[in-house]
Amino acid sequence: MGQVQHAAHAEHHQHHHEESFVSKYVFSQDHKMISKQFLITAIIMACVAVMMSILFRLQLAWPGESFGLTHFLLGEKWAPGGVLDPNMYLGLVTIHGTIMVFFVLTGGLSGTFSNLLIPLQVGARDMASGFINMLSYWFFFLSSVLMLSSLFVEGGPASGGWTVYPPLSALPQAMPGSGAGMTLWLLSMAIFIASSLMGGLNYVVTILNLRTKGMKMTRLPLTIWAFLITAVLGILSFPVLLSAALLLLLDRSLGTSFYLSDIHIAGEALDHTGGSPILFEHLFWFLGHPEVYIVLLPALGISSEIIATNSRKPIFGYRAMIGSILAIGFLSFIVWGHHMFVTGMNPFLGSVFVFTTLLIAIPSAVKVFNYITTLWRGNIVFTPAMLFSIGLVATFIAGGLTGIILADSALDIVVHDTYFVVAHFHIVMGMSAIFGMFAGIYHWFPKMYGRMMNTRLGYAHFWITFVCAFGVFFPMHFIGLAGAPRRYYAYTEFPMFNGVVDLNVLVTIFAIVGGLAQVIFLYNFFYSLRRGPRAVQNPWRGNTLEWTTPVEHIHGNWPGPIPTVYRWPYDYSKPGKEEDFVPQIVPLEAGEEEDHG
Amino acid sequence: MTKLLIIVVLVLGVLAVAQLARVYELTSKLRGKREEDISAGDNRMNAMLMWLFPVAYFGFFLWLIYKYGPHLLPIAASEHGRSLDKLYDFNWVILFAVFFITNILLFYFAGKYVYSRDRKAFYYPHNNKLELLWTSVPAAFLAVIIIYGLRTWNQITEQASPDAVQVELYAKQFDWTIRYPGKDGVMGATDYRLINGTNPLGIVTAQSIETRLGELEEERSDIGKRLDTEILPDDKIDELHDRLDYLDRMRGRITDLRTVMNEDIATKGEASPYMHGADDLVLKEFHLPVHKEVKLLIRSQDVIHSAFIPHLRVQMNAVPGMTTTFKVTPTITTDSMRLVTKNENFDFILLCNKVCGASHYNMQMPLVVEPAEAFATWMAEQEKNPFQPDKSPTQAASVAVADSSATGSMTTEVVGATE
Repeated sequence: MGQVQHAAHAEHHQHHHEESFVSKYVFSQDHKMISKQFLITAIIMACVAVMMSILFRLQLAWPGESFGLTHFLLGEKWAPGGVLDPNMYLGLVTIHGTIMVFFVLTGGLSGTFSNLLIPLQVGARDMASGFINMLSYWFFFLSSVLMLSSLFVEGGPASGGWTVYPPLSALPQAMPGSGAGMTLWLLSMAIFIASSLMGGLNYVVTILNLRTKGMKMTRLPLTIWAFLITAVLGILSFPVLLSAALLLLLDRSLGTSFYLSDIHIAGEALDHTGGSPILFEHLFWFLGHPEVYIVLLPALGISSEIIATNSRKPIFGYRAMIGSILAIGFLSFIVWGHHMFVTGMNPFLGSVFVFTTLLIAIPSAVKVFNYITTLWRGNIVFTPAMLFSIGLVATFIAGGLTGIILADSALDIVVHDTYFVVAHFHIVMGMSAIFGMFAGIYHWFPKMYGRMMNTRLGYAHFWITFVCAFGVFFPMHFIGLAGAPRRYYAYTEFPMFNGVVDLNVLVTIFAIVGGLAQVIFLYNFFYSLRRGPRAVQNPWRGNTLEWTTPVEHIHGNWPGPIPTVYRWPYDYSKPGKEEDFVPQIVPLEAGEEEDHG
Repeated sequence: MTKLLIIVVLVLGVLAVAQLARVYELTSKLRGKREEDISAGDNRMNAMLMWLFPVAYFGFFLWLIYKYGPHLLPIAASEHGRSLDKLYDFNWVILFAVFFITNILLFYFAGKYVYSRDRKAFYYPHNNKLELLWTSVPAAFLAVIIIYGLRTWNQITEQASPDAVQVELYAKQFDWTIRYPGKDGVMGATDYRLINGTNPLGIVTAQSIETRLGELEEERSDIGKRLDTEILPDDKIDELHDRLDYLDRMRGRITDLRTVMNEDIATKGEASPYMHGADDLVLKEFHLPVHKEVKLLIRSQDVIHSAFIPHLRVQMNAVPGMTTTFKVTPTITTDSMRLVTKNENFDFILLCNKVCGASHYNMQMPLVVEPAEAFATWMAEQEKNPFQPDKSPTQAASVAVADSSATGSMTTEVVGATE
């Protein structure tokens, strides 16, 4: 009945196409518009975060040297004479991490693609609640503004690292960034979490309740499975971070002692007794680890879809892919302790976390082999989206393997908190997720904007980015294996790192070139958005439902009734078919078997 | 200047690429080619790059190993470090094999099965046997990795033997202080409220309690005087009253501590940790004997730090409010390590590996690992200057018991004089 109403609703809207600017572009409740809002906000946030990384990379490569760019962007206060201030260095590192993890790869990735694809691929007129969806974006927007504004307060932004461990983050005496900047950080994150929860609930409800006729769970594209599990992970884990942040706020402002005990700082013993910073670490990583998969799963879902479409071949082991998403999702909740092997946690507890963490390698390996088998004897079309998806598999392999080192508590002793960790998570989480995001943008750009992005610019963008990604992060393994810690302003004070510090120059050069390559993307994106060639309805000859909607966006997505689904989404190159793809809306022929992978 | 030039060149490069793409777009429009149709040439180019890339990728990897391999951490200079290095070697072999095999398959297939109109992809939705294979093979390898890893982990985290040398690494922004237990071989109890200029670790002795109480009392009376004699703005008066409240709370807690100490001494006698503080050695030098088991006790005064001694393969966080431990047996002296690394300036370094503030990047202390005899000589030299030179622990305790009713008594002045 809901669908009938929806249909009526849609027709109603076709007769009243005129909408005010505000309700169409600003406070829109249409999932497609909200998706674009998330994407544009995330792109802006990503530019800020990349710029920050360039600034601290300059300092790391040429420590203590003066840079006009640094001075221009940070001013005399934070870059006296163009030399980056050590406090600001930590501030940049912290905000870079926070923005990338939460605002770009959580808000940006899930916000954009869950919003765009869930209704379109399950066959729904819109999200279950358009209003909550709109709120979700505006909370995200507000938290982004707060996070950016924290850069301008006295004392600078939060600077204790994106993990904001107390007591460092709790005590303004400990570092200037733990003052107003940290308060804004916590407020921004609280609002961000509210946004993410509203989004997540909406995604889950929409996927479970608003699937079109025939869209069984085993006919859902893998993107939707990934978004579903991502949303569930977010709903279960983000509230824990919220509580951790609230307790930290109380410790900071009301004198409670959840995380603080036995502290003597700035010449004075503090009143706090009985708390433990380790409690914060547990709460933080209870979100923090699922968060890694909140970032990664949507990217894996997107790449599954794109690799199948562009190999013109069904994704290999559809059910195994779903199974591994579920397994990764479940395991991600019982592995957080691997971030805490050297905190003095009970060694036996450490052993348990070693075991659960290494179990994750199994579903991850299954996914990698399934991707590779999907490529095998395919008929591969190299769209830019396909390139980024293959790139994702490569980074997932490289980063996943070093994860095995870090998951092994004994081995972790040597590399914990060194550049090896920085290399590991940037490759497996950062690069894989960013590649997934780029793949998604190139693939669904025609769906979002009704125009095509330039393919050749896409190639240039991919190959430069791909080479630079390894150029930046691969050498970091070596810096880490030489024992160099992360979050160091400079390595000049340690002769023991002299043998590897010149790698920092190489890394920075790759980072600058890689950063500039993103200009190609920005140019391509914004140029194509207005002037790109018009898209056809189904440019990549895909099977999924979003390619059955008209190119011009309409409220309710389908002008007529929502199509019925008759088959799984991966009937590519099915024997006995004329075309190399059979959309989900094509009924099974007499005697035709349906596949489920 | 050269940097500016580099940037200009890069920007121009980007613009040039953009213009080329524009030209290509316009010409393809003229030819009626649609953007979504990937030409055979483009497909071939990307397929070729898919094959070229791993060559560059592996080449880069091997170059890094060749050029920077010798600069990675040298041979482990501790017993558990050796077994860790073996564990590393074992894991690297497996990981390198998987790394090369999966990457080769990925890029080989990606480059080989390039699109052709005349060919249809092989419809191959699943194969349970294959999937079972690549679930069980990784599982088997991981089982070995887990078992071997946990065995090493259990050895490393075993309790230290009771006769291990005890050394405390005490972290604060932004330096390390080292404490040895002194002649009695037992670390004294500590309390952060006793920390002051003469007692940087807050070691509890009757004397240090009295000193601290005396300081608090002095500040109280100063503030009292100011409040009585000066004309102050209201907010300043509030501030001073808050300060008085704080001083009262501290005084209360320290007197409580004194009661606890006295009871503990009364019941346990020599076994009480409160009896062992006065001869502790509080040093800015860090020495360890070679081939002797050492139990590191790691503490922090303010924020989380991490005690990281890369060459000994030691790392453990220093967390305010708790003591963490790490057991290590150094096996190579500093001198031998200088020969091994062919670097006469080589030093073992204790560094901070948990971000702790602006000077985190320079929070370090050299460590001297030396033969047992040299260590004993050094230790004997240090023992001439214990934490509290004037009193033996028992004397101090008895003074405290006698004076416990009178705060700010003579004991305070005695320490005041030594400052």
